[in-house]
Amino acid sequence: MNMRSVTVESSIHARTLKVRDRVIGGVLIFFALLVYLAFAAAAAPETSSTFIMSRGGVVRGAMGDVVLPSRVVLTVVSVFLAVLGVALFAVGSRGRSGLFLLIGGAGLVFSFLVFVSFDKRINFASLFNSALTMSVPISLGALSGILCERSGITNIAVEGFMLVAAMVGSIVGSVTKNIWAGLLAAMAASCLLSLVHSWLSIRYKVNQVISGTVINIFSLGLTSYISSMYLQNIQALNKTPRFPTVSIPVLADIPFFGPVFFNNSLFVFGMIILVLIFNFLLFRTRWGLRLRAVGEHPKAADTLGVDVFKTRYVAVLLSGLIAGIGGAYFSLGSVGRFDEGMTAGKGFISLAAMIFGGWNPIPSFLAGVLFGFADALASAVSILGSPIPGQFINMLPYVITMVVLGGVVGKGVTGPASAGIPYEKE
Amino acid sequence: MPPVLELKGITKRFPGVLANDHIDLRLNKGEILALLGENGAGKSTLMNILYGLYQPDEGNFFINGQPIEIHGPMDAIHAGIGMVHQHFMLIPVFSVTENVMLGEESVRMAGILDQESAAARISELADTYGLSLDPKALVRDLPVGLQQRVEIVKLLYRNANILIFDEPTAVLTPQEADDLFRVMKSLTDQGKSIIFITHKLREVLEYSDRIMVIRRGKVVGEALPSESDQASLAAMMVGRSVNIESDKAPCAPGEPVLKVSDLYVSDNTRTVTVHGLSFEIRAGEILGIAGVQGNGQTELEEAVTGMRDPDTGTIEFLGRTYSKLRPRRFVEAGGAHIPEDRQRDGLILSFSVEDNMMLCTYYKPPYSVNGVFDRGEIYENALELIERFDVRPPNPMNSVGNLSGGNQQKVIVARELSRENKLIVASQPTRGLDIGSIEYIHGQLVRQRDAGCAVLLISSELDEIMSLADRILVMYKGKAMCLVDRGQTTKERIGLYMAGVKDPAEKSEKREVLS
Amino acid sequence: MNDPKELKPNENGKPAPGNVFLNESGRKTDKKEGWPRRIWSAVQIPVLAILSGLLLGAVFIVVTSANVYSAFGTGFGAGVREAFSTIASAYGALFEGAFGSPARIAEALRTGEKIERAFKPLFQSFVETTPYIFTGLALALGFRAGVFNIGGEGQIYIGAVLATLVGTTDLGIPPALHVLAAILLGVLGGAFWGFVPGWLKANAGSHEVINTIMMNYIALRLVEFLLTGPMTKAGSGGMPTSNNILDSARIPLVFPRPLTLHWGFFVAIAVAILAWFILFKTKWGFNLQIAGANKHAAKYAGLNVNVWMVLGMTLSGALAGLCGSVQVLGVTYSMGLGVSSGYGFDAISLALLANNNPLGCVLAALLFGFLKTGSRAMMSRTGIPLDIVSIIQAFILVFIAAPAIIRTVFRLRDESKGDSKVVSLSGLGGN
Repeated sequence: MNMRSVTVESSIHARTLKVRDRVIGGVLIFFALLVYLAFAAAAAPETSSTFIMSRGGVVRGAMGDVVLPSRVVLTVVSVFLAVLGVALFAVGSRGRSGLFLLIGGAGLVFSFLVFVSFDKRINFASLFNSALTMSVPISLGALSGILCERSGITNIAVEGFMLVAAMVGSIVGSVTKNIWAGLLAAMAASCLLSLVHSWLSIRYKVNQVISGTVINIFSLGLTSYISSMYLQNIQALNKTPRFPTVSIPVLADIPFFGPVFFNNSLFVFGMIILVLIFNFLLFRTRWGLRLRAVGEHPKAADTLGVDVFKTRYVAVLLSGLIAGIGGAYFSLGSVGRFDEGMTAGKGFISLAAMIFGGWNPIPSFLAGVLFGFADALASAVSILGSPIPGQFINMLPYVITMVVLGGVVGKGVTGPASAGIPYEKE
Repeated sequence: MPPVLELKGITKRFPGVLANDHIDLRLNKGEILALLGENGAGKSTLMNILYGLYQPDEGNFFINGQPIEIHGPMDAIHAGIGMVHQHFMLIPVFSVTENVMLGEESVRMAGILDQESAAARISELADTYGLSLDPKALVRDLPVGLQQRVEIVKLLYRNANILIFDEPTAVLTPQEADDLFRVMKSLTDQGKSIIFITHKLREVLEYSDRIMVIRRGKVVGEALPSESDQASLAAMMVGRSVNIESDKAPCAPGEPVLKVSDLYVSDNTRTVTVHGLSFEIRAGEILGIAGVQGNGQTELEEAVTGMRDPDTGTIEFLGRTYSKLRPRRFVEAGGAHIPEDRQRDGLILSFSVEDNMMLCTYYKPPYSVNGVFDRGEIYENALELIERFDVRPPNPMNSVGNLSGGNQQKVIVARELSRENKLIVASQPTRGLDIGSIEYIHGQLVRQRDAGCAVLLISSELDEIMSLADRILVMYKGKAMCLVDRGQTTKERIGLYMAGVKDPAEKSEKREVLS
Repeated sequence: MNDPKELKPNENGKPAPGNVFLNESGRKTDKKEGWPRRIWSAVQIPVLAILSGLLLGAVFIVVTSANVYSAFGTGFGAGVREAFSTIASAYGALFEGAFGSPARIAEALRTGEKIERAFKPLFQSFVETTPYIFTGLALALGFRAGVFNIGGEGQIYIGAVLATLVGTTDLGIPPALHVLAAILLGVLGGAFWGFVPGWLKANAGSHEVINTIMMNYIALRLVEFLLTGPMTKAGSGGMPTSNNILDSARIPLVFPRPLTLHWGFFVAIAVAILAWFILFKTKWGFNLQIAGANKHAAKYAGLNVNVWMVLGMTLSGALAGLCGSVQVLGVTYSMGLGVSSGYGFDAISLALLANNNPLGCVLAALLFGFLKTGSRAMMSRTGIPLDIVSIIQAFILVFIAAPAIIRTVFRLRDESKGDSKVVSLSGLGGN
């Protein structure tokens, strides 16, 4: 490459960065105006917003309510956002525009919370705690999708995996009265489905979206069939014990953070551990290197002696196991029984989280928490009553995903290069 | 001393084709053996067998006189055989280290990667063989020449002693090619042995120690570079003496048809690849664009046929200047286009021959009347063209994907040349075809010229340019090195221009600097 | 250069993984073979897939039947007998539920009495077929244009809710116009819901599969909001239902009640024929197919590929929107969240079963319609849940998508030459 093209390219790069800064700066200023005009202006001088900082029923780590003067707080946030926006225009972000956007989003959400709790009380601790809890199936589904797609197999069957796992977990948990047996059975059932997916996509080279669709249709049919034939009539088959809530010594006593983060279902801790483990496995081990290689350029991996098919089979089966845990959460972690269609599209949101997180475990987990937060916020808002219906907050994860994928802000995200393409040995 | 590598009686059959027919090959230590042959002669099949990607039907391998079995790339790697593929086997989003270590990772306990020690080893290897490389760089950020070095380091990392290069210069700029040959020399100096597959006569004569020629799956001869010349090798390669001077009538140029002035075009990565090109073509002449692949020819082709918008400059076609030429405007004005990548651009492989035969004008009568197809007419047209252009098998309903490469190209040629054309843009029109098809297509292009059509022939095959063109423009790094009449130049001179040597006297100086 | 995606479409001279196989145009591929053999080789995979799907469905019914297990407890012979009688009664009920009882039909034809009762199941099957035809066409047209529209559900919802909006509003226009206005708005809504992911694919390169899935949920939430808020039925107590469609906006029935067949069924068949004609007999269909099969060659042939891809997606959405409107205006007469029972997803199997041929879609839709109507009767008579149909459809889809399984099981020769790929797809992130 000669010097000229290097300079041309770096100037193009610099230009897109500048455009990006300006776009995000504009967004921040828009947020600032929104906060001021829609929220701050609606507050009377004496209006206050009350944030409850303890979870109901959780004694450890309890703390007092926080009462905020709404108008002052909102005005401060608005000015802060405006300053950030102007700074982006004038100085630029030095390549950290994503951080600015994140701060802007957080400021907007916070202002919205202040706004809906004008002269009311909103339980801040519960909100964050349920965001974390609700993110369990989303994050685990995303992790399941990441493993599969990083190895080159597109996986839209997470929804189906989780649905069957939820049902099997409930049945086995009810019959054995043992949560661990239920969890293992759920994982096994989901793994069996993932075996079908791997078999269709690897052995028969079926279009992977179609293979995933088959599994989703089959899973919905199977669970509804069994449910209406047996589970709805026979209580003994559908009343399972649930995983206990565990509090971590010492940490659970930290005010606010204790109840939110360290007093949770085992599923929450398990999810975080799994995300960390698989992040390490994917990026720091031989196994992970080979798995990613197979998903990017299987032929290159093959010529270096990596067994493409075996690597992909293992990845898809692991994906099934993890989705199985995510599915088990619905019955064994949450309500203690199976209801038809109880995954309610969480499998598809988890794909969105996967994409949002750029096919990386930790960012995808954070995306999962964000999407869980949207769910939690929607139900909190519908209780408080607000001019923005809960459904629109529920829509946010989907809209955000489309925006991120479409590269409306910056460059569009791309996944593993060979995902979706069956590998053919010559 | 036994040869480093010996192949005896390697035979490989594909359905309907005998790709390798009892091939014997010996490679001595420290030698660069050139494997010369046309496209489709069976060179790549042979090397893929050696690398374990295909299994031979018959034959044996010997390394240092010991028989070995090769059932897959791993066996080849263990036997010390490594291959630099024509399309690199690299993962763009991985770092150099990750690419090199893949499959042979250095790990600490429990399979945890040890990138540092691998990177250190890569730097060491790179220094030993004079390949400078940053182990931490991402492969996608490297230029093609450096990517090829990563491929070489990959082999060295696995202690390969026998290195196979499959058409290594096809994607390289002339400088990069020179660098490559320097590296190859330093490899053999340190005891490695190299097999280098090519169909480029110049490279073979200049850089190899010994030449083996393959034709239609058979070894047809061996030669030493010092005792051969291009003509004798070419004759061996194609099986008869090649008619370098074609016996076409002298050209009688008429009015200008296409006039390109100060054209700048960028490729998909927004790199400017055509730098201020100007030329014109007149009716009844063939203008040959010569040059090593990747010097802007593809973008030029796309710009003059309307497939790509130029950055600046004008294209004047039959007296009309187009700011936005579009493929359909080009065709409507009397242009025909035989594209470089025939399977990607020129055909829809899953469609039938008859549908492909009308691909550019299906929306017009006689194929389509008020938007509704006249299927009878379409079928008759296809039948007629199939007969005229000798497409086999002669079934209009056959899907094009089932035809051989030569017949696929004939479908395109038939479709494009059957119209009333004023200008034909043909890019690499004979790449990968057998001699019979090549001669046929050459004949068709000359016939069109004689009928008063202007022809823009873009080819990286120098022989093709020399035998067909009336005038020759050599492109190098997107610029015109020269624009000369065929009669007033020699193949040698054009070759030097293609290598970027502006004045042939420079060539010797450059050599001296290098040595 | 060494990007595997770039190399993919045309390696080794195999047909590109496009979805289209133009020999549908009704002409003979090979003139030497006799026609029975040709027809057999064209339909063998779908037919065997359907039979295998039904067979596996039967196995599934037996395996999940408590009665069969208890019969096996009394003896092997009893178990086998019970298994077969379970299947016979289930599939018997399915058949009669779908086509009507042969005895009743014969009786009715002979005596001329109780004709309605005899033909009610058959006509009900036609009613159930209608949405499948529309959504099948939507998917098939999308596949032909090179897009995978997995967002049929959302487009149906949007189509239905907009048709409901018009249909529940008294516009003071004649009934025919009112129906047309309602349908038109529904079609436009579906088209828009298809246009957005199509546009994003063309201009931002984001994958339509993930975007249509997202759009499904956006539609669902939006409809949920509308049906519990602005469009809710007075006194429904927060249940997500709309007011009833006004009489003037209802699609008329063909026969008097209790026969429920409405004119939408014939509209669906007419649309299918029109789609077939445009797709295979006109330059516009050819445009769509070129753009779907090979975008580089389409550009070479003078098309603006993006326009046709977006158009394909928009048309696909419009057909799904039409489906939603017709369901609301002709069948349910009010809008609820159950307006689509998974038609958008079932249509994927349907379109593949039909090899993306619009006329094939009609046949496949009839099959699905019969299965659906029959399964209701089966459920009420034998207690076997109607979800068995989803399971059978999933099996059929497996066999259609992986014909190699069918060929292995039935020991068929592979006569196709690698043309079975449906659509080329890369990961959900890239294009």
